[in-house]
Amino acid sequence: MNSVERLVHMANQIATNLATDDAPVSAVADHIQQFWDPRMKKMIFAHGTAGLSPVAAAAISLLADAQNGA
Amino acid sequence: MTYQPQNDFGTPESRSDETVSLTIDGRNVTVPAGTSVMRAAAEQGTSIPKLCATDSVKSFGSCRLCLVEIDGRRGTPASCTTPVETGMVVRTQTPHLAKLRKGVMELYISDHPLDCLTCAANGDCELQDQAGAVGLRDVRYDVQATHLGQEKDHSNPYFDFDPSKCIACSRCIRACDEVQGTLALTMEGRGWDSKISAGLASDNFLESECVSCGACVQACPTATLVEKKVVEVGTPERSVVTTCAYCGVGCTFRAEMRGEQLVRMVPYKDGKANRGHSCVKGRFAWGYAQHQERILKPMIRKSISDPWREVEWDEAFAYTASELKRISAKYGRNALGGITSSRCTNEETFLVQKLIRAGFGNNNVDTCARVCHSPTGYGLKTAFGTSAGTQDFDSVEDTDVILIIGANPTDGHPVFASRMKRRLRGQDGRPGAKLIVIDPRRTDIVRSPHIEAQHHLPLRPGTNVAVLTAMAHVIVTEGLADEAFIRERCDWDEYSHWAEFVSQTRNSPENLQPVTLVDAEELRAAARLYATGGNGAIYYGLGVTEHSQGSSTVMAIANLAMATGNIGRRGVGVNPLRGQNNVQGACDMGSFPHELAGYRHISDGNARKLFEDDWGVTLDPEPGLRIPNMLDAAVDGVFKALYCQGEDILQSDPNTAHVSAGLAAMECVIVHDLFLNETANYAHIFLPGSTFLEKNGTFTNAERRIQPVRKVMTPMNGLEDWEVTQRLAQAMGLDWNYTHPSEIMDEIARLTPTFAGVSFARLDEAGSLQWPVTADAPEGSPIMHVDGFVRGKGKFVVTDYVPTDEKTGPRFPLLLTTGRILSQYNVGAQTRRTENVAWHPEDLLEIHPVDAEDRGVKSGDWVKLASRAGETTLRATVTDRVAPGVVYTTFHHAVTQANVVTTDFSDWATNCPEYKVTAVQISASNGPTEWQEEYEAFSTRSRRVETGIAAE
Repeated sequence: MNSVERLVHMANQIATNLATDDAPVSAVADHIQQFWDPRMKKMIFAHGTAGLSPVAAAAISLLADAQNGA
Repeated sequence: MTYQPQNDFGTPESRSDETVSLTIDGRNVTVPAGTSVMRAAAEQGTSIPKLCATDSVKSFGSCRLCLVEIDGRRGTPASCTTPVETGMVVRTQTPHLAKLRKGVMELYISDHPLDCLTCAANGDCELQDQAGAVGLRDVRYDVQATHLGQEKDHSNPYFDFDPSKCIACSRCIRACDEVQGTLALTMEGRGWDSKISAGLASDNFLESECVSCGACVQACPTATLVEKKVVEVGTPERSVVTTCAYCGVGCTFRAEMRGEQLVRMVPYKDGKANRGHSCVKGRFAWGYAQHQERILKPMIRKSISDPWREVEWDEAFAYTASELKRISAKYGRNALGGITSSRCTNEETFLVQKLIRAGFGNNNVDTCARVCHSPTGYGLKTAFGTSAGTQDFDSVEDTDVILIIGANPTDGHPVFASRMKRRLRGQDGRPGAKLIVIDPRRTDIVRSPHIEAQHHLPLRPGTNVAVLTAMAHVIVTEGLADEAFIRERCDWDEYSHWAEFVSQTRNSPENLQPVTLVDAEELRAAARLYATGGNGAIYYGLGVTEHSQGSSTVMAIANLAMATGNIGRRGVGVNPLRGQNNVQGACDMGSFPHELAGYRHISDGNARKLFEDDWGVTLDPEPGLRIPNMLDAAVDGVFKALYCQGEDILQSDPNTAHVSAGLAAMECVIVHDLFLNETANYAHIFLPGSTFLEKNGTFTNAERRIQPVRKVMTPMNGLEDWEVTQRLAQAMGLDWNYTHPSEIMDEIARLTPTFAGVSFARLDEAGSLQWPVTADAPEGSPIMHVDGFVRGKGKFVVTDYVPTDEKTGPRFPLLLTTGRILSQYNVGAQTRRTENVAWHPEDLLEIHPVDAEDRGVKSGDWVKLASRAGETTLRATVTDRVAPGVVYTTFHHAVTQANVVTTDFSDWATNCPEYKVTAVQISASNGPTEWQEEYEAFSTRSRRVETGIAAE
């Protein structure tokens, strides 16, 4: 597993474990925002949504949009 | 101070709230009801002669030396077995008593060697003292038969047994039974043939079931059981109270010294974590501190293929700072990072994270807890609002049901395990607590003398969440939840949502049995017992956290405790058993990349400002890299420098090949340690460390207890570890001027609300303090969440079971789980350099007889252990302690490197590695793997020192 593949795996794992949250997309986004360093976030933004589960993909998009908006 | 043994009150303290007043030798004394006359006398400063009594064990009444006269009573009762009564009038010294005692002593001495001047206990022998106290001047008996002249047993590496000096008081037997709970010792034979035996008559101490905790040595009133070090060095002349540097129990010891030479470590009776008990590691395994392989001079080298070159401290600091600055300038400040140590003091970890945040200019700081209890931090903070256990150790005395999940306390936390076992056995007519063990292995506590778990649930590794959810299913669907507690203390809507989830049929024990392999009826019975058996306390360890759902499991445990109202009072709670001595403290000190000291997120502007104002810097508001992320970034070529204090990530972290690739990709690896450890093979700078005996500071144990660590000798390397970090910071241009660790603690207290009331002066006064220590709780907080949860309402979190991605299959059909053993500690860097190797000289692979038979493996055979990540070889031991399909080993020996086979999979929330589940295959082997051979050659090359003398 290279670093990007590992990040995709981690994001999917977070999404799977937060699937039962009331608002899973924002929960996943919040988790990644709180615990991933800026480079990891940049890498997955650059990678796009390939290989991501729907919830993980939506969370990454949400975070990327917030980042771009900022 | 001059050496004095701790006061011995003769019999244990009574905990009664009632008091009784009596008169002893004309003086009034008031003591708790149930106190013995002997103890009452001792508390008023009257020493009644005694031999078979000591305050660590119940009175026995055999030596007949402690006789007293009591008005209105016939005869001369033994003061150790006579409880005080109101108005009692006692005389401890009369001519009649003196005559009786002298007669008793005369009999003892008639069968005791008269070699006092050359005896190891000379000057520290109760028999000698009592002979003096009763005025014995001659022995009239012409003794024909004695028990003298017997062969000594030198088999234990730390203490000798000389049966000829035994007075058959049985204090050692009772200490083994009552204090340690191993029941290894017994009295063999009768009359002159009476002899203490460690198990069978054919057993010596080393080969017996004795766990070498030292309780018998401590209890022995003569030189029958005596430390080899005392035999070698002589009796100590002073003592210093300090804290053990091994596991998270945090035992208090008296370091007993001659000059700067440590003679022995004796458990301190007033230590609130250990209450006078110890284990083989803390009591005896401190020889590593003076081991010849310790590195005492800084060393540097340009490349890891070069030999090391010894330099002076000034050159080492200047070179290190210049390398860090060079790399920061070339690759950017985020190319630097560091790791704090759970083995170092709070003050040292605080300084390392401060150096990284304020000096390196980023938050790339992490700590050993990443690979052990980071899910505890995440899980308990989410559920309760605090990243810590809820109880003190004393709390177990009021527990009715002990639930142990993923922990092996008799090996990992032996001193607390003895407390647990005492509660499980019951005492003084009070029935013992019930026991539930959830573990893939039949750990020792499942069945040991006078203890048998009511329920052992041998689950398939990786299914903790499923088992706990099934238990919750039983509790909720059978109406066993404590709704009054939940309504008052928790968020009811969140509870309802959770209850609805766990009640689903898919979460029933029957439905999950094919997944967990736990018998549904047994699981139901265990759940009912935990919910209805009285005070229920959960104790857990790394078998919970080191999984892909480690954080979920911690939250599932919290859910169970809240659902049954088992939080917020003595006897209950959620108790993580921390692995290393200062895991709790390292986490408290802001060692995680996303948190400042006191668990405040780095994005919290108010918290950040507090630190920025105090430190005069601007802090990065973004979280930094965790250890596995650092290694990934290194392999990607963007992370270039690491300051690693007191952790051996090459041996302790998963997937060794990946760790070594990450380290090899860095340009500056700084290892700050006692020895040239495995990580140092990849290091460019070695900064020698100091041991816990050579520095001042504090450790915080598993019960949040902040305890003093006191310097008893000069650091052999010249500097305490906090001084090394400070000198490095100064070389990097930081204006740090601490003159003592107490000043660092003052800064911690200033910046961390839960430590607000902590200072070295307060710790000296109180002995220890459990955080939070605040204006509201100036004496600390033994039990947390008493009047409500720290976060407000307790939070129920739905924890759906998600199978791990690590799958068994035809190539790797077995599941490997890893763990620890009593005599060794973590990566073994310390304990392998002690005589503890007598018990565990190598890592062994436990394999079930069926799996062994299938592969033609016998105990003692060399086998290859292979996974998708790598392979190693070690010897097998065939045992039904593990279930079919499961194999187990320890990771204490660098030559095995069990982590060569563990994978990159980790906890979803924290990246804590999934050490406990690796799909493997076992096959016969006739030699080391290619990795082992290459690594050994590499290690030998890497450890060359330019002087031409091999460092290891």
